[in-house]
Amino acid sequence: MNVTDISVMTLWTAATLYAIAMVAYSVRLARVADARLTAKNAALVSVGAPTAEPATSDATLSVSKPGARAQGIGRAAMLVGLMLHLVGVVTRGIDAGHPPWSSMYEFTITGSMVGVAVFLLVQRRRDITYIAPAVAGFAAFAVVSALRVWYRDAVGLQPALDSYWLVIHVPIAIIASGIFGVSGAASVLQVMRIDRDSELKKRRRFFGWLNLPHRAVKSKAARWLEAVPAPQVLESLTFRLNAVGFVLWTFTVMSGAMWAEHAWGRYWGWDPKEVWSFVIWILYAAYLHARTTQGWAGRRAAWLAIWGLIAIVLNFTVVNLYVQGLHAYAGVK
Amino acid sequence: MSAEDRLHPDGATPDGATLDGATPDGATPDGATPEQPALERPKRFSADNYAYASAPRLGVRGWLRWMWRQVTSMRLALVLLLLLGLAAIPGSLIPQWPQNAAKTQSFLDNNPGIGPWLDRAGLLDVFGSAWFTSIYVLLFLSLIGCIVPRAIVHGKAAVVPVSSVPSSLARYEDRLEAASPLSTVDAVEALRTWGRGHLLWGWLTGYRVRVDERTARDGTPQVAVALEQGSLREWGNLVFHTALVGVLCALAVGSAYTYRGQAVIVEGQTFTNAAVDYDSFEAGRLFDPAWLKPFTLTLDRFDPVFDVTGRPVSFTAHVTFADPGKPADDATIRVNHPLEIHGGKIYLQGNGYAPLLTVRDADGNVAFSGATPFLPQDGNYTSTGVVKVPDVTSGPQIGLVATLYPTAAQAPDGTVSSVNPQSVNPVILLSAYTGDLGLDAGIPQNVYQLDETKLKPVLGDDGAHLVIDIVQGQTVTLPDGLGTVTWDALPRFVALDLRADPSLPWVLGTALAMLFGVSVSLFSPRRRLWLVLTPGDGNDVEGGDLTLVEAAALAPPHDEAATRALASALAVSTGQAVPSPRVRQEEL
Repeated sequence: MNVTDISVMTLWTAATLYAIAMVAYSVRLARVADARLTAKNAALVSVGAPTAEPATSDATLSVSKPGARAQGIGRAAMLVGLMLHLVGVVTRGIDAGHPPWSSMYEFTITGSMVGVAVFLLVQRRRDITYIAPAVAGFAAFAVVSALRVWYRDAVGLQPALDSYWLVIHVPIAIIASGIFGVSGAASVLQVMRIDRDSELKKRRRFFGWLNLPHRAVKSKAARWLEAVPAPQVLESLTFRLNAVGFVLWTFTVMSGAMWAEHAWGRYWGWDPKEVWSFVIWILYAAYLHARTTQGWAGRRAAWLAIWGLIAIVLNFTVVNLYVQGLHAYAGVK
Repeated sequence: MSAEDRLHPDGATPDGATLDGATPDGATPDGATPEQPALERPKRFSADNYAYASAPRLGVRGWLRWMWRQVTSMRLALVLLLLLGLAAIPGSLIPQWPQNAAKTQSFLDNNPGIGPWLDRAGLLDVFGSAWFTSIYVLLFLSLIGCIVPRAIVHGKAAVVPVSSVPSSLARYEDRLEAASPLSTVDAVEALRTWGRGHLLWGWLTGYRVRVDERTARDGTPQVAVALEQGSLREWGNLVFHTALVGVLCALAVGSAYTYRGQAVIVEGQTFTNAAVDYDSFEAGRLFDPAWLKPFTLTLDRFDPVFDVTGRPVSFTAHVTFADPGKPADDATIRVNHPLEIHGGKIYLQGNGYAPLLTVRDADGNVAFSGATPFLPQDGNYTSTGVVKVPDVTSGPQIGLVATLYPTAAQAPDGTVSSVNPQSVNPVILLSAYTGDLGLDAGIPQNVYQLDETKLKPVLGDDGAHLVIDIVQGQTVTLPDGLGTVTWDALPRFVALDLRADPSLPWVLGTALAMLFGVSVSLFSPRRRLWLVLTPGDGNDVEGGDLTLVEAAALAPPHDEAATRALASALAVSTGQAVPSPRVRQEEL
């Protein structure tokens, strides 16, 4: 068994563990949501009939840690998955003889690893288990699609990438994307939570029922949203993450400009990748401003952050694969 | 909402006389009592947009102020920001003139219907178009209109005293309480020391403190301590936005003083740094070509390395660089490692083969001899080039269109292709044209293309366009007594970019200031901590003369460290150690 096999096998195992973690965390989310709904209903009942009070407190006690076992499984799978993921990425680097982020395959395995690591790091400081299904599911999807679609054998660096900037510019971009990924998931939850808590829009008087997304989040199938914290909590989480991400993205664009000055003789030339990095920067700058603008704070600001994440994903996929530019390092052709 | 509502939001009945006085042209309906507001009939059609004739006019100054408010409002800035992002997107999807002129031209040729319209709308040069420019100019106007008043307010804020503690902290949910063995004087002193922060940068990062001795509503004496932090955040904010304007200024100055030239140099040839010696040369409006230092650059050798599969590993150009009157220096230029000279840089941007061909005309005279750069078309350096031979002693002018295969291999169906970028088995396939090359008209021509309008192809015996294959060192004879072509050698060429931009340090400096400013502005907190100390003899704390400390904080919800800061302040005021900050927050 050589290094290539070790890398590929550990990555497959990591993806499997992430899939297991996603299922476990989803189960946990459902348990928490059910417990909260039960507690809520019990509270309503107890308001109606004060004699039922002992039963309520009993119920609260018994569901104090709902889904704890599922959470344990999820956490273990996620941690072991990250370890194996790290082994897979490092062995890929050893195999290729350069930092493992010079092709689409390598970006994807490294980027998804950073996403999981960001989640686990934030999780150490505050409980964000409610994002775990999204993060684990995304990581499993990313690793599997990297292995199935974008896999290429390790080759040496092409001359244009042979620079110390590869070790500065790309990792920071990947870390920023990982942070934006986690916070984007939280922004999606925030919008869904806001919509679930709000009434169906009245202003579309006759066609309000056509607002299917809103109806969907209010439906019974979306009652797992009860396990997600209040929009204000999500807002302060996403702001903190996006603030870090924005600073790192600013650095990414700047270091990219410096590298471009070294490699191509100009620091800014509106190459498609540069255009999209600029658009992403603009979207997150708009998000930061929207938070403090009346009429934009809350739901609209969250949408701007979601659009920012969509732009990052487009920049990584569509711009790499379909738009011709100088950043043609995907190595998929 | 009517104009009256707006003028009198509290619903107080306006005095009819005052209203009339404010609007002399307003007509009061006859039956109006003094208590009743003068109800006017809203005008349906009007030159101005006032629904009520008697509403006070904004006037010129008022309108100007209104416009200024709109231009500098955050809402407009936000919309402009989003517009700027949206406007940039077509620039990445449609070919752009400044980025790739050849591709843009072929896009125009392939889309004769919509292409010219896109071009007219500026979509083929988005970043130089009037509408893109106007968006960012407006955005920066709005930005300046925002920075200037904020800087003034911020400057004044330094001398405005810290606002006092609210009379009661009871309504703050996260209010803390403790009993302190310290006297109020000692507790205040401890808080001052803690709030001052670090010895070196405490003046910037520490709290501003205000201490009031006051009497509570029930008559007990209290000491109220207000700690305020947040000036640093605004500093960062202002630095970031000012630096953003700085970046734009540096870009503008840079584009006026920069120059960029491309030179193609074949191995053994020498390039002199003068505008005429460049293959293409662009300079900013204020650039003076006389500033070009007349150094010379000789390409001694170009050294490409490919791995066994033909993938490029490295490209190195070995050059000799000489200033007039000074000894020459050897240097190398590689991808990612430009050569720095005279405040400018020389970049290795491209490379290829430049076959050395000699064409003799019908009389046997050398009509052309030189290395012609062939443009690589693929990773295996299948290259195409054109040789124009205008100076024939007799007969028509000759044009040659050639394709070079560095490692030629023939497929079973007869097609030739190159299978390796190195010149292992180089072959050139030539086809010839005769007639008028069109060079005598004085119109500049693309050296890599043949203008075929006045040329006719040289045909073979079978009547088809003749294709001659030639290997290195060989001489072939063109039909119809046109002459001969000799392939003498296969040197390589490099395409160099020479560029100088005096604004680079400024761009870097302002960009770093931006990064610094945005970090400070996003990560330094803005919060107020309030502590109310009630001395021991004035409160009913059990056990004697303990000082009662009440504490509350005002901070945005994302500032989770505010709770910790408040706990620290409380601990300090009770004479305890500051608690450790590492506490994991449980799910809410």
